[in-house]
Amino acid sequence: MGTPVPEPPILTARSLVKDFRGFRAVDGVDLDVAEGAVHALVGPNGAGKTTLFHLLTGFHRPSAGRIHVGGRDLTGKSPERVARHGVARSFQITSLFAQMTAREHLELALQAGTTLGWRFWRSDRALRRFADRSLELLEQVGLAAHADDPAGALAYGRKRALELALALALDPRVLLLDEPTAGMGAEDVDRTVELIQRVRAGRTVVMVEHNMNVVATLADRVTVLQAGRVLAEGGYAEVRRDPRVISAYLGDAHAAH
Amino acid sequence: MIISRLAARPIPLLTGLLIALILPWMIYPPVALDIACWALFAAAVDLLLGFTGLLPFGHAAFWGGSAYVTGLIALHAGLPFPVAVLGGAAAAALLAVPIGYLSARLRGIYFAMVTLAFAQVVYFVANQWRGLTGGENGLQGIPRDLFGIDLSDPFFFYYAGLPFVLAGLLAAWRVVRSPFGRVLVAVRDNPARAQALGYPVARYKLLAFVLSAGLSGLAGGLFAIGHGFASLDEVYWTTSGQVVMMVVLGGIGTLWGGAFGAALIVELNDYLATAGFQEIGLVTGTIFVIIVLVFRRGVWGTVRDALRARAARAVPAPGPDPGTPHDETPGTPTAPADEVPTRPAR
Ligand SMILES: Nc1ncnc2c1ncn2[C@@H]1O[C@H](COP(=O)(O)OP(=O)(O)OP(=O)(O)O)[C@@H](O)[C@H]1O
Ligand SMILES: [Mg+2]
Repeated sequence: MGTPVPEPPILTARSLVKDFRGFRAVDGVDLDVAEGAVHALVGPNGAGKTTLFHLLTGFHRPSAGRIHVGGRDLTGKSPERVARHGVARSFQITSLFAQMTAREHLELALQAGTTLGWRFWRSDRALRRFADRSLELLEQVGLAAHADDPAGALAYGRKRALELALALALDPRVLLLDEPTAGMGAEDVDRTVELIQRVRAGRTVVMVEHNMNVVATLADRVTVLQAGRVLAEGGYAEVRRDPRVISAYLGDAHAAH
Repeated sequence: MIISRLAARPIPLLTGLLIALILPWMIYPPVALDIACWALFAAAVDLLLGFTGLLPFGHAAFWGGSAYVTGLIALHAGLPFPVAVLGGAAAAALLAVPIGYLSARLRGIYFAMVTLAFAQVVYFVANQWRGLTGGENGLQGIPRDLFGIDLSDPFFFYYAGLPFVLAGLLAAWRVVRSPFGRVLVAVRDNPARAQALGYPVARYKLLAFVLSAGLSGLAGGLFAIGHGFASLDEVYWTTSGQVVMMVVLGGIGTLWGGAFGAALIVELNDYLATAGFQEIGLVTGTIFVIIVLVFRRGVWGTVRDALRARAARAVPAPGPDPGTPHDETPGTPTAPADEVPTRPAR
């Protein structure tokens, strides 16, 4: 950990800027994420981490700058195009389909990789072909017992787990996780860390994370954002000693956790 | 497969079929056909309103557009009425491609307004292009030919037209219970998340719009054949409003509920018109307000929920309350996550 990763970057952002009516939430961010790495994005509240995710996944159009994934220019592409290019994300604020069951969520996600979704003349029983894989994914995140609960009725931590399973179901090359452990109890945090360790094989993970223990355990590389800019970047051990990082964080994230 | 699933709930199915079959015995047969046509139209609109989360306010363009096309085919090509009606439905679906393309990326009231605007354009064209549409006189004397069978009696024509309505309703039901229908529910409840899963939301809405327009056209074409004329009323905005009213009355997201709304409004209009009452809109409007206040989920939606609640009490459901099935109840639209704007395709 902390050693520079030799692989070429799979995801790059160059001079990314996002303005909201005069307020600059992301201010010239350069980011290189090495293929196969777990790359953590940290920074105080309002630093622009989620906005950066929205830019990387097409939910916001950058005011300036460029985004490449796997050599393809994805700048300004729609979220569905980005997703279809193998970049999946989870949301910081849980974003589910309240009336669908957990199983139906995964069926929907698994179906996204096929053309079945266009077949309006077929019975929805065709979705049963995803049943086994759905259950497998639900087991991975510890939701097997809740497969038939509507998402709206799940407890908060379970919604977070479903959120994660949904992104995993897309089997992405690049997995963007926005605070996957936020609001979880210690036990769930441990399971999530373990899960990310397991699923990182064969893919690249970018995660926003406030829990520094999680960052220390998982991250090969850490980028610290503050006020929309990159404040520091490096291995976890290196970054945590950086005086600018310490002053940015004093009384903020450490106090919160 | 369709049959086996419908057969799994034989009582409501058979009751509905029975009512459809005896309707022209119970009420004036032309009114019965009107109800059947409007019921299909309402189901087509519910496909968007209840299952895709779009409020269309210009579906008169498809109902009326098909009425004209159907009439023209029957008048000038001398083809049997089923061909004319299917031609009208196809024309409506085709017309929906550009309109849907330009409006499906919009949401809420903007979608409603833009579809209304396009429908007004269709109305304008129908009004101006007198040589083709007959302008204010409409298309008169549309024949109902079926290989020389005499269908001039509305009682018999009802049975000739009913299979088209039933096929249309079955198609609408198939769509909402298909893999595509699943995606529509996702698009309705959380479009941003559907996009994050890789679904091109705008294109799914477009296909839903085209299918809805095609079914509306099927209903409108049959209506024109049934009446023997197509008039400007069919493309007027009040038609768009009336069908939405029927869906709301019956229950948004119930698909069959629109049939109740259709029966209620068509019967009421007929009764008041026969009685020589002038302010029909006033009465239907008042009744609409009362029903919406009393039955929050529409007539059918409320009755169905009450029946389900009773069934649930009789047989305690194992495990946690399954809630109402997602595919029949319109969700309170969840706010998009993280205030993420849904971006149109391209
Ligand atoms: N749609 C928007 N319009 C205006 N301002 C916005 C918008 N989205 C985010 N912002 C602002 O941009 C800044 C960065 O927000 P962002 O959500 O990216 O922060 P964050 O680093 O994810 O914070 P947190 O740790 O609290 O999640 C904040 O000041 C926020 O108020
Ligand atoms: Mg955030």
